[in-house]
Amino acid sequence: MTLHPILAALRKHKAGVVLIAMQIALTLAIVCNAVFIIGQRIERVNRPTGLDESNLFLVTQQWVGAPGEDVPGGVDKLDAMQLEDLAALRQLPDVVSVAPINSMPLLDSSWNGAIATKPGDTQFRGKSVTRTTYYFSDEQVLPTLGVRLVAGRAFNAGDVVHQGFRDQRDPDIAILTKALADKLFPDGAVGKAVYLNGGNKPVTVIGVVERMQVPYAGGGDEVAWNSTLIPARLNANFARYAVRTKPGRLDDVMRAVMPALYKVNPMRVLDDDSVRSFGEIRDKAYRADLGMAILMGVVCLILLCVTAAGIVGLTSFWVGQRHRQIGVRRALGARKIDILHYFQIENLLIAGTGVVIGVLLAVGLNQWLMSHYEMTRIPVLYVLTGVLAMLAIGQAAVFVPARRASNVPPVVATRAV
Amino acid sequence: MFAYYFQLGLRSLRRNPALTALMVMAIGFGVAASMITWSVFRAVSGDPIPGKSGQLYTVLVDNRGPQYNDKGEPPEALTYTDATALVAARKAAHQTLLFEVAPSVLPEGNQSLPFIAHGYATNTDFFGMFEVPFEFGGAWRASDDEGRAAVVVISHALNQQLFNGADSVGREITLDRHSYRIVGVTAHWDPKPRFYDLFSGNAFGDPVQVYLPFARAVDVEMDTAGRNNCGSNVDFGSGRDAWLHGECVWVPMWVELADQPAANAYRDFLTHYAAEQQRAGRFHWAPNVRLRDVNNWLDYKQVVPPESRISLMVALGFFVICLVNTIGLLLAKFMRRAAEIGVRRALGAPRGEIYRQFLIEAATVGLAGGVLGLLLTALGMFGVGLLFEPQIARLAHLDASLVAMTLLVAVVATVLAAFYPTWRAAKVQPAWQLKSN
Repeated sequence: MTLHPILAALRKHKAGVVLIAMQIALTLAIVCNAVFIIGQRIERVNRPTGLDESNLFLVTQQWVGAPGEDVPGGVDKLDAMQLEDLAALRQLPDVVSVAPINSMPLLDSSWNGAIATKPGDTQFRGKSVTRTTYYFSDEQVLPTLGVRLVAGRAFNAGDVVHQGFRDQRDPDIAILTKALADKLFPDGAVGKAVYLNGGNKPVTVIGVVERMQVPYAGGGDEVAWNSTLIPARLNANFARYAVRTKPGRLDDVMRAVMPALYKVNPMRVLDDDSVRSFGEIRDKAYRADLGMAILMGVVCLILLCVTAAGIVGLTSFWVGQRHRQIGVRRALGARKIDILHYFQIENLLIAGTGVVIGVLLAVGLNQWLMSHYEMTRIPVLYVLTGVLAMLAIGQAAVFVPARRASNVPPVVATRAV
Repeated sequence: MFAYYFQLGLRSLRRNPALTALMVMAIGFGVAASMITWSVFRAVSGDPIPGKSGQLYTVLVDNRGPQYNDKGEPPEALTYTDATALVAARKAAHQTLLFEVAPSVLPEGNQSLPFIAHGYATNTDFFGMFEVPFEFGGAWRASDDEGRAAVVVISHALNQQLFNGADSVGREITLDRHSYRIVGVTAHWDPKPRFYDLFSGNAFGDPVQVYLPFARAVDVEMDTAGRNNCGSNVDFGSGRDAWLHGECVWVPMWVELADQPAANAYRDFLTHYAAEQQRAGRFHWAPNVRLRDVNNWLDYKQVVPPESRISLMVALGFFVICLVNTIGLLLAKFMRRAAEIGVRRALGAPRGEIYRQFLIEAATVGLAGGVLGLLLTALGMFGVGLLFEPQIARLAHLDASLVAMTLLVAVVATVLAAFYPTWRAAKVQPAWQLKSN
């Protein structure tokens, strides 16, 4: 079959052709970018924290009328209160381990700074300085969070000190994540010295853990796992405890926490948000990402349906208009399959024009999103899949009206002129 | 004639049920998606203090040097040293400073457990500058700021919780084991976004419950519950006093300036202040100050969540596609009736009548789409919580203006979309149509 008669016929229906092509182009542009956004969000949500997230929960509590850090003996008193809490939590049935910690991955509350291989260096130039998040905890931190040690050693009880929350003193030793260690010391970090926040005191790296995400969920991959662990309990009028329970006992232990802590000391604030499983922390951190993915998914789905329905509607109209011509073609010897192919090729031509414009629009929209939001360049694979999907949808949508056209009997040609 | 065409329109809705249903659904989905995302966008991008947003400025002074700044911008709040010095200078009509606190409240008498009240340590100018309405009493006096008095203003909600809504002015309240005398109870006041404390990321936070004098909060060593940014390489030793007077940034400051000349004069004063600090050896760089009014500050801090903007744009794009689809379907619908149009034209109907009839018919389709869109919008309001944080999702609601807007947008958009198909319908040649039948 030659294309000439199809093109000639299309010229008679300019408006309809332009509308369908435009609709396909716009749909392709939006769907490509929306699916790309969905992909990115899902990728972010699936980023590993490095923790063993099951059977883990976090307690956040604040003491009422605790001594200030700056009154004499205040820090020691606060530390004694914290140790009492830790002892009470460690004694609860079904608790595997407990660690005091200033924050958690995905918690969105962080203590950040600069870590360098040279003293007095805080300017983020070159590879010798990078940003990091500090986690302050004790010797129980690795088993409690389920973080795996890959080099050196873990903290032991003798390493752990305690200090006021605002006390800016540098520690003697630290554990780094592998991401951070590899950045600073490509040939092994254990035993080397790092300098924190532009300080001059060497801090010895005693171990490297496989992976531990920073508290901020939205960061790019280049900072997402830059964590430094410091063996210190921070003393302030509030404290956080990470608790690991035996498998399947999470809910029971979480229920037992409040009474146990009130028994130690009733002068404290514990509310609904105080005891949260890691699952809840994760859900809260990624709520917007997941919501965005769902919205984009729904919009894409409806868009594709609307576009397909539009093609069905307009093609049906054309089939109705050309009822007689089809009859004439059939009477002149065209087979049913020829009529079917005619409409299918016609649709392919229109959709083909649409997707060419759509690819340009999709790239343009992506460029615009890149310049205004944190977006990356859309991979060719997404656009190609989009193109194929649009052509397939066009073919699927045109099939029903085209089959109806192919069923027009040749006798129509002989009816009244 | 209008009523008659409207009736014709309603009747024609039933004529091609599949085609019509398709159009109505396309318009319904398109308008609903746009309205849901718009309702959120409207809520987060509004002017939180209309009428005064151009007179309130936040004050920023670079205290740590260009090498630590992002694109040359000074830190987003002041140090204790700068904030207290600038407020004490009283160079603006009104000036206030604040930091976020979260003291525990110990309810009296009954057995209920202590809870946390979120609030701000600030000064008396805060209430006048930000137009805080009062239910009982009022702001504390300037002398209370100077005298570092143990006074407090509580919110309507906290007053309800502690005193069952009675006039509690003059009564005592215990915050972090210190006793404070209540001088005022605010009426409900919760501007969104909370422009005055974007520093701590509280744009859409829970309502504030207590306000107490800044100097008093410092005296009792109340810690900031907000951000505390000691990002620079300044070794200030340890202990509270060192921290207080160190280069840690944690105090947002606001001034009220009546007009542009006043703002220019204040900017000069700030530059002068920074230059003085440079001379004194505290700053080792040229003065770098900013004076940002409320809207400028909201823009700079990008308060409107990117989710809101992107979803609004996606929804609008979606609506445009639905309209393109509607143009095509209306074209099919109208052109099917070429014969009918031919008859009307042959019987003497001018083109204008054809236009009128078909545009009104399109408006009927739009209205049906709008009604469907309204139902979907109402349904979608429950789903908003999926997409946005709860504190943002709760800002979106279906009110009279949104209902009117949904219907209006649906009808107007459909009529606009109908112009081309109607033009084609009006161009129908009566003779051809009559001949072919």
